[in-house]
Amino acid sequence: MTRFSKFNVSAIIIGFTFLYLPIILLILFSFNESRLVTVWAGFSTKWYVELMQNQGIKDAAWVTFKVAFISSSVATFLGTIAGLVMTRFGKFRGRTLFSGMIYAPMVMPEVILGLSTLLTFITLAIDRGVLTVTLAHITFSMCYVSVIIQSRMSSYDDSINEAALDLGCTPFRTFLLITFPIILPAVVSGWLLSFTMSLDDLVIASFTSGPGSTTLPMKIYSMVRLGVTPEINAVSTILVGLVTAGVITASLIGKRQRQQLAQS
Amino acid sequence: MSIKEIQIPVFLKRTFNGRNVAISIPYLWLLLLFLFPFVIVLKISLAQPVIAMPPYTPLFSWGDSLWPKIQAGLDSYLFLFSDSLYIKAYLSSIKIATISTVLTLIIGYAIAYSIARAPTRWRGILLMLVILPFWTSFLIRVYAWIGILKTEGLLNLALMTLGVIEKPLIIMNTDLAVYIGIVYSYLPFMILPLYANLEKMDMNLLEAAADLGCRPFKTFWTVTIPLSLPGILAGCFLVFIPVIGEFVIPDLLGGTQTLMIGKVLWGEFFYNRDWPVASAVAIIMLLLLIVPIILYQKSQEKAIS
Repeated sequence: MTRFSKFNVSAIIIGFTFLYLPIILLILFSFNESRLVTVWAGFSTKWYVELMQNQGIKDAAWVTFKVAFISSSVATFLGTIAGLVMTRFGKFRGRTLFSGMIYAPMVMPEVILGLSTLLTFITLAIDRGVLTVTLAHITFSMCYVSVIIQSRMSSYDDSINEAALDLGCTPFRTFLLITFPIILPAVVSGWLLSFTMSLDDLVIASFTSGPGSTTLPMKIYSMVRLGVTPEINAVSTILVGLVTAGVITASLIGKRQRQQLAQS
Repeated sequence: MSIKEIQIPVFLKRTFNGRNVAISIPYLWLLLLFLFPFVIVLKISLAQPVIAMPPYTPLFSWGDSLWPKIQAGLDSYLFLFSDSLYIKAYLSSIKIATISTVLTLIIGYAIAYSIARAPTRWRGILLMLVILPFWTSFLIRVYAWIGILKTEGLLNLALMTLGVIEKPLIIMNTDLAVYIGIVYSYLPFMILPLYANLEKMDMNLLEAAADLGCRPFKTFWTVTIPLSLPGILAGCFLVFIPVIGEFVIPDLLGGTQTLMIGKVLWGEFFYNRDWPVASAVAIIMLLLLIVPIILYQKSQEKAIS
């Protein structure tokens, strides 16, 4: 009943082939000599060279990294507070609404979030640009951070905090010296998730950005609409590589920390 | 009071009632940038389009009679219901979202179930491999399928080289391509909650069923599936709700006949520049989704606590 059957092995092999083959092919064809994406004409890095000369892409990449860095940092701050509020503060007035506002943006269709945020900026007479994209990204990212913190806090051992307080540690020092270091891996993964989500977002950025704040996904989207080119494969490969390296590093750090905790 | 209160930095506590400040910072942010925007959308959906910036009429202009303004305001909604395009787009979105949720569930369940049955030392790495595409750009993953599915693409090339087909299959720019794109993009959202649930399942229950002579297939239907219902529901909400408003996949993989409401909203806003109609489209979509969203929130709260 509980053994690992042939069905299980084939489901995993077929499933992962389905998940990974498209990305592997995309990466492979970014090194193709030919402009045609289906004909292999030999290994070449010329599309990467061409990419480096594309000022539009470089500008968009800079805007995207700026937005992603600021929005993920603010979202991590707000989301961590929101996560602690949800798990440690017990009942307060408007808690149900608060919880609703945390879960809804995660499933809300992006076109609705994009449209509603943009119309708000226009009503408040805030000019569209890097700032508006950043504000919009903070709003949905903080919800993800909050949920990550909430699930971390659900297995948090309260007795360590009680011990610190009993020994005369002030509440603020207890938070800083005990709680924060323990939940730090969750905070870091919240930041990373926010960063990559900001990096990836096309729809919300399209609504809330203005002239001069074109992000990389917007740039890629307009290139895709004109057709498949190896240059898009090249920029995609760089993004996939960066994100993969980041996620693997984060998980290795988490693993080491867990091992250290287990040893101590 | 108790331990519950001490998590807030103390400097906030000194300046104000710390607890309230800590609550109010994220609360006000979400009120202003998540909830208040819906009020604005509702307001603009009641306005009239004009060629100006912003391209809609003010709802309460100059303080003269308010009632006729609101009467005129329902124009966008009447327009939505008078043109069959919009109703068809809503229905087609529901159809596409339902079918792709079921497909994602079947495929996702097989994968999640298999990972949960894998030897313990493999599970971590397998789960990591499910999460990795989830972190990779949505747009890039959809783009990757264009090169595969298009008429002179890799899939047709492979099948024709192998001699399986003689004429290339037309998949790109059809609903089939949209289904493939949705299942592919949303699969991790289905696998993760299912796996979290299946991994915790008490194996003794399954062994008990087997010991009492229940066949494996029947055990699966009568024990495993009902026990994993919370995971199934969470996964289905995570796929169904966002797919209703999906824009990127039908836009890049679908054809002109692929009707989805997210694409219609995008078109109304960016191409027709009819902001009141775009807002009305969003409000109706929200009404369709409000019940699933609340159910999802409830299921998540229960799962975390």
